[in-house]
Amino acid sequence: MAANHVIEHPTSTGLDNRKMAMWAFLASDCMFFGSLITVYLVSHGRAMVGPFPQEIFDIPFTSVSAFVLLMSSLSMVLALGGIQRGNVQRFRIWIATTAVLGCVFLGGQIYEFTEFHHAGLTLESSIFGSAFYVLTGFHGTHVFIGVIWLLSLLLASFKPGLVIREKSLNVEMAGLYWHFVDIVWIVIFTVVYLVEA
Amino acid sequence: MAAEHHVEEHHPGWQEYVRIGVILAVITAIEVAIVYVEALESVLLPLLLTLSVGKFVLVVMYFMHLKFDHKFFTWLFLSGLLLAVGVVLALMAMFGLMT
Repeated sequence: MAANHVIEHPTSTGLDNRKMAMWAFLASDCMFFGSLITVYLVSHGRAMVGPFPQEIFDIPFTSVSAFVLLMSSLSMVLALGGIQRGNVQRFRIWIATTAVLGCVFLGGQIYEFTEFHHAGLTLESSIFGSAFYVLTGFHGTHVFIGVIWLLSLLLASFKPGLVIREKSLNVEMAGLYWHFVDIVWIVIFTVVYLVEA
Repeated sequence: MAAEHHVEEHHPGWQEYVRIGVILAVITAIEVAIVYVEALESVLLPLLLTLSVGKFVLVVMYFMHLKFDHKFFTWLFLSGLLLAVGVVLALMAMFGLMT
């Protein structure tokens, strides 16, 4: 059980506007990724030329990437727990861990894209290539933005008064975004990779 | 004008978070393992989707704190999520992927 001291502005709903805006954004992002996943599902089986998904997907490698992103969600929630308890040192350790894990995931995605490109799968080579790169590329962009956000929080924590227990909502917002990126990958990993395997 | 006040939130401790993390890792391992079990081929899709939904719900409820937060946030998120699922299912049906 954590007791948090937070600064809240009075609102008509009694809920923090920033948090509500973040949840509304995440709800809209669900529709964005829902559309991209649908486009992938509808189009990938219609590719007339290879390489085809079964030929190039490396499930053990992608499983490690999925595991890394899942563990980054754990470290993110531990970072939030740290700042909510006023432990800035613990916050810094876990937020840095989360950013590093995010970078590892991105590195894996760059490696995977490079391998696929060498195998002949490009954005223009087939409808599967287009749908695959657009879907996973947009997810990777979300991860990249998240890493920038996490690193900026880490840097801000070295300036007195910016990242403190009373302002833990700033960290919670970044956390919500990061966890969302994780749950989107949970769906992509299953629907795009495992089902194809 | 900002008013500072005390808010008691019933978030789990780090032990609970680590426990959820371990469960998520185990589910991921199971997902990958069953892909290689030929005997499960006929039920693979529903199995994978069930495990995936389980992971999704665990992250949203515990890591994103929807289980402990105001119910309005749950409804707000569900509205977008259900619309997204609806769009996916409708388009899949339209393109004959449900049969």
